[in-house]
Amino acid sequence: MTPEPGTGPPARAGYSQPATGSPAPQPAASPPGGRAAVRHQRVALVDLLDRVLASGVVVTGDVTLSIAEIDLVTISLRALVSSVREADLLPGLSGEGRDR
Amino acid sequence: MTDYGTWVYAVTAGAGTVPAGLAGVGGTRLRSVSNEGLVAVVSAVDLAEYGEEPLRRNLEDLDWLEATARAHHSVIDAVAQDGPTVPMQLATLYRSDERVAAMLGDKHEDFRAVLDRIRARVEWGVKIYLSAGEGEPAPAGGEGEPAGAGDGGNEGGGASRPGAAYLRRRRSELSAREQAHTAAAASAEEVHAELTALSVEARVHKPQHAQLTGRSEPMIFNGTYLVGEERTSEFTSAVDELAARHGGVRVELTGPWPPYSFTFPAEEEAEMGSVHR
Repeated sequence: MTPEPGTGPPARAGYSQPATGSPAPQPAASPPGGRAAVRHQRVALVDLLDRVLASGVVVTGDVTLSIAEIDLVTISLRALVSSVREADLLPGLSGEGRDR
Repeated sequence: MTDYGTWVYAVTAGAGTVPAGLAGVGGTRLRSVSNEGLVAVVSAVDLAEYGEEPLRRNLEDLDWLEATARAHHSVIDAVAQDGPTVPMQLATLYRSDERVAAMLGDKHEDFRAVLDRIRARVEWGVKIYLSAGEGEPAPAGGEGEPAGAGDGGNEGGGASRPGAAYLRRRRSELSAREQAHTAAAASAEEVHAELTALSVEARVHKPQHAQLTGRSEPMIFNGTYLVGEERTSEFTSAVDELAARHGGVRVELTGPWPPYSFTFPAEEEAEMGSVHR
């Protein structure tokens, strides 16, 4: 994905790095725009899926209530994530454990 | 004739501009829907691909899921550059823009509350793995024990009782591994406690599957922290310092993220294993 050109000050690199034990250079109060400069590092898919599928405002199915109730698609994405992950682990397994 | 639905990426307060130069899922054009001072960033999606049944199928296709999740996140992240932004879960779909506007009208107080809670705060993720090599038994010394886990070469005293020697080795391996896990768990607790102290709120997620992380070392902790932007340096330095202090584990920081994990109050998260102040 092509990153947007950043205009903010350089900030701590991207989305993911191991803590090295040395202090990271960091501007004092990093404004939201500061992140734009270095969002070239690719977000790990598993970290992304953890967030867009299991978090955010709308949570369907048997978890907790949402602020915004969707009125078109009501899939229990949490169960679907499990089936997606199982499919990744065990080829041929699909569609199990999903519910609405 | 094509049926469309409205895919919602994020809700924010403000002028209603959409990020420039960025497309939504499937390359769709981003637009905004406004009501009650709130702005939903949306795009029209073809229900032949994004309707309920096609979506179920497509979400099982990891390539489709990845492309869609990345597009969804890119929009949220771009919107979040301009102010507090409530991320919507993937596949939040409405029948029309009018329905989105109505939703904003119905829920505007709830959205305001979330926006207030997340204003000038960012999410960080901290994952902790057992370090590679931890839990290996120390090389054997004395007592004629064979070194390492060799399969019976030159054990000296162990050769006459290979079964007993094997059991001693296994016990030593297991106890070394248990000790390593216990120590790692203690490290994770300490890391979590110290980072929570720097955070507005903290939530603990399930560790990720090894097959998805691609790591051989087990993940023992997966936490997220909502931290005031003014404490970014302090927080990231603390992570570095904790990583250095706890050599038996590997600590990884991800972020800053839009506040995906903190959009609803901690009380409602109780069954998800949250920790908050």
